[in-house]
Amino acid sequence: MSVIAVLIGFSLMVAGAFLGAFLWAVRTGQYDDKYTPSIRILFDDLKTEDTKHNQTNKETS
Amino acid sequence: MSETENIVKAKCYHCGDTCDMTAVIFEEKPFCCEGCKLVYSILRENQLCAYYSISETPGVTQRSRLKSTKKWGYLEDIGMVSRLVDFRDDTHTKVTFFIPSIHCSSCIWLLENLHKLHQGIVHALVNLPERKVSISFLNTHISLREVVELLTSIGYEPLIRLDSLHKAEKHRLSRLLYNKVGIAGFVFGNIMLLSFPEYLSIDASSAALKELFGYLIVLLSLPVFFYCSAEYFQSAYKGLRAKLINIDVPLSIGIIVFYIRSLYEIFSGTGPGYMDSFAGLIFFLLLGKLFQNKTFDLLNFERDYKSYFPIAVTLLKNSVEHSVPLSNISIGDRLVIRNNELIPVDSVLVSGYGHIDYSFLTGEANAVDKEIGEVLHAGGKQMGNRIEITVSKNVEQSYLTQLWNENALNKNLRRTLYSFSAVVSKYFTYALLAIAAGTFLFWLPRDTALAVSTVSAVLIIACPCALALSTPFALGNALRYLARAGFYLKNITVLEKLTKITSVVFDKTGTITKQEGTSITFLGTALTLHEMKTIFSTVRHSTHPVSRRIAEYTEVPAPIEPETFLEKEGEGIEAFIDDNHVFIGSGKGAELFLKTEETPEVVHELISGAHVVINGRYRGAFRIESVYRDKIAAVISNLQKKHPVSILSGDTPKEQDNLRNLIGEDVPMSFNQSPYDKLQYIQNLQRKGAVVLMIGDGLNDSGALQQSEVGISVSEDVVSFSPASDAILNGASMNKLHTFMEYANNAVFAVRVSFIVSLFYNIFGIVYAVTGNVTPLFAAILMPVSSVTVIALTVLLTMFYAKRRGIAG
Repeated sequence: MSVIAVLIGFSLMVAGAFLGAFLWAVRTGQYDDKYTPSIRILFDDLKTEDTKHNQTNKETS
Repeated sequence: MSETENIVKAKCYHCGDTCDMTAVIFEEKPFCCEGCKLVYSILRENQLCAYYSISETPGVTQRSRLKSTKKWGYLEDIGMVSRLVDFRDDTHTKVTFFIPSIHCSSCIWLLENLHKLHQGIVHALVNLPERKVSISFLNTHISLREVVELLTSIGYEPLIRLDSLHKAEKHRLSRLLYNKVGIAGFVFGNIMLLSFPEYLSIDASSAALKELFGYLIVLLSLPVFFYCSAEYFQSAYKGLRAKLINIDVPLSIGIIVFYIRSLYEIFSGTGPGYMDSFAGLIFFLLLGKLFQNKTFDLLNFERDYKSYFPIAVTLLKNSVEHSVPLSNISIGDRLVIRNNELIPVDSVLVSGYGHIDYSFLTGEANAVDKEIGEVLHAGGKQMGNRIEITVSKNVEQSYLTQLWNENALNKNLRRTLYSFSAVVSKYFTYALLAIAAGTFLFWLPRDTALAVSTVSAVLIIACPCALALSTPFALGNALRYLARAGFYLKNITVLEKLTKITSVVFDKTGTITKQEGTSITFLGTALTLHEMKTIFSTVRHSTHPVSRRIAEYTEVPAPIEPETFLEKEGEGIEAFIDDNHVFIGSGKGAELFLKTEETPEVVHELISGAHVVINGRYRGAFRIESVYRDKIAAVISNLQKKHPVSILSGDTPKEQDNLRNLIGEDVPMSFNQSPYDKLQYIQNLQRKGAVVLMIGDGLNDSGALQQSEVGISVSEDVVSFSPASDAILNGASMNKLHTFMEYANNAVFAVRVSFIVSLFYNIFGIVYAVTGNVTPLFAAILMPVSSVTVIALTVLLTMFYAKRRGIAG
C-alpha cells in the first residue's frame, strides 16, 4: 500500500504545479484584463490578409 | 425644399457621422471633416486600412480636434514626464495612457500596431475595459510628447488629468483576491481527495497511511487558515471593536472552531476532522467576494476637483505661448483660454470677450457675459473666442477648491444605515451563542467530552456560510444587471440603501434637462428658403455658441459668401449678403438696425437666443431653450407615488412655468439655490427623519450628493467628469430611474428569501448537532449543498426580476 503514498506525492506535485502556474498568471497581470485578449486572438488572420491585399494593390497600380 | 431632398446624406467613412454639405470627398470616400480625412490618409499611407475592415466606421469624429490647437509642450517638463511614466531608463520608457475614444476591436488593432507608424514604438498593449493603452518606446527615437502627438494624429487623444497621475492600486487588490481563491480552491480539492477513504469508510488502509493523510491535510490547510481567511478575522475584530456584530463574527467563530476541532481530531487520532468542509467554506466565501467586488474599471466615484481641472494651461510670456503644468502657475501670470477650455484659477479677464458657462459650477443654465476687468471664477468654461486672463489667486485658494473642501467637512455627518444582513447577523449570533450554551449545559452533567464535541459541532454546522453568501451573490448580480442598463452603483450597500429612501431631490440643470443640446425654435412668420440661406450664410462664420446653434437649425446647401461680415462681441453679427443687410443678435443691437417708420408688431422677449433683422425689418427671433430629458415627467410622477419629490435649481426661475406644465403643481421647486443652500435643504429633510436620495450632475450638487444618504450623479458619458457620488447614472437611462428603484427592492427581497432558506438549513443542521449526530461526511455534504442552493436561488431570483422589469438585456 505504500505505493499510494508515492502516488499521493506525485498528485500533489502535479496539482501544486498548476497552482503555481495560476499564481504566476495572476502575478504577471493576466487576470487584470479578461476581455481584450479574446478580441486580440482574432486579429492574426486579418493582418496577413491586409498585407496581401495591399501588395496586390501595389502591383496593379 | 427640393434642393435638400436630392442630397443623399452620406456617412463619414472614418467615424460614421452623417456628413453635411461640408463633406470632404477623398479617394471616393466621404469624410465629415478634414480631421477624419487626415486620420484616414495617415493610415492609408502606412497600410493600416484593415482598421476599417475590422469594424465599420470605427473612428471617432475629429471635428472638434481641428478647432482646438492643443499644446503638449508641458510634456517636455522633466518633472511632469517622471510623474506620468510607469518606468523609465536610459533607453526605454513605458507609459500608460487613458484614451476615452478606445471603444472597439479596431481600436485595439490599430493601437497595437502603433510600431508600424513609428519605429520608436517598441510595443503597445490595449486594455479595452479600462480604455487604457500601455506603450513602451525608445527614448532615442521618440519623446513622450511625440508619442502623445502620434496618438492624437490618428484620433486617439489621451486624456491626461491630475488625478491620473496618482496610480491606483486596484489591480493589486484584485490580484490578491484571485490568489486567495486559487489557493483555497487548490486546498479544497486536494483535501477532498485525501478524505475519500473516510467518505467511503474504506478501512483497509493501514493506520500509518491514515496518519500520513491526516498530516498532509493539516499541512494543506495551513495557508487557508492563516492566509485566505485572515480578512474575515480582521473584519470581525474591527466590527467588535466598533461594538458591531457583523456577519463576519459568527463566521469567524465557526471557522476557528472548525479548525481547532479538526486539528484536535487529527492529532489525537480520534477522527478525520472537518478540514474538507472548512476549506470548501472559505473557497465559497471568497468566490462570493470575487463576485461582489465587480468593479467598473472605467468609473471613478471619488473624483475631486483635481480631476476636473486641466493638467496644463497655455501661458503667455513675452507674447509667446507656452504649455505649462497647472501646478507651475503663480499669481500674475497671463493665460490664454480658448473656446471650450476651462478657467483653471480665479483670475481677471484682460483681453477678449468672455462668454462663460458656469452651469457645472452653479447650475445657472445660460452662459454669463464678462467684460475686460471682471473677475472670472475657476471652473467656468469659455464658450466663444479666445480670451486672455491674469491669474489672481492660487489654485488651492480658488472658489471651486474651497467649495470642495467645505463639502469634505460634511462627509462625517452622514448617517449609517444598517444593512439587512447586519441586523440579521446580530440576532443570529445571539441565538447561536444561546443554543451553544444551552447544549453545553445540557450535556455537561452527563459527559464532559461529549459536551465539548457537541458544542463545537453546533458552532461548525451553524456557521452562516449560506447566509454570508446570499448578499454578495444576490446584490452583486443585481449590480451587474443595473450596470448593463446604464446605472452604475459604487457597491452593494448602495443598492440596499436605495430601498430605504423616503424622499427624492432632483437638481434641475443638467439633471432634469439635458446637459448638452438645447431646442431651438423660430418665433415669427416662417422664414423663406432664401431667408434661411441668408441667415445660415451669415452665422456659419461665427464661433459664438448661439450662432452655431442657429447654423445647425438653418442649415441649407450651397451657402453664399457674405460681402462684408462684422461680429461685435456681446451684440451680434452684421453682414451684407447678396445685397441684403442682415443683423442677428441681441435686442439692443437689433434696435439700432430697425428702420424707425416700420415699428415691429412683436419684438419677442428672449431668455437666450438671437433676434433677426433683415434689411431693417424685424423678422423674428430664435429662441433657445433647455431640453428636458425623455419621459422625465413620467419618472417623477412614478417616484412621487412612493416618496415626496422636490426640485432644486441653481438657476433663475425663468423656466418655472415650463417645469410646472411638464411636471405638475405638487412638486416643490426652489430656485436660485447656491451649492450651500442645496446642502442645507438636504440636511433639513434629514432632520425631519427623511432618508434622502439626491440626483444631481454638477459641482454645485457635490455637497448635496455627499450629504444625502444616496447621491446619484447623472452623466451623459460615463467617462467624463462627474462629482463624487454613490452611483453614476447614464443620462440616457434617466427615464428608467423608477424601475431601477423598484428593482433594488426586488434584489433585497431576493436576499431575504435566500436568508430564510439558509436559516432552514442551519436549523436542520443544529437539530442534528445538538443531538450529537454530526459526522464529518454529513458536514461535508450539507455545507456545499446549502451554499449552492442559496447561490442558485439568488441568481435566479435576481435574473427573473431583471427580466420582468425589462432591464436585463
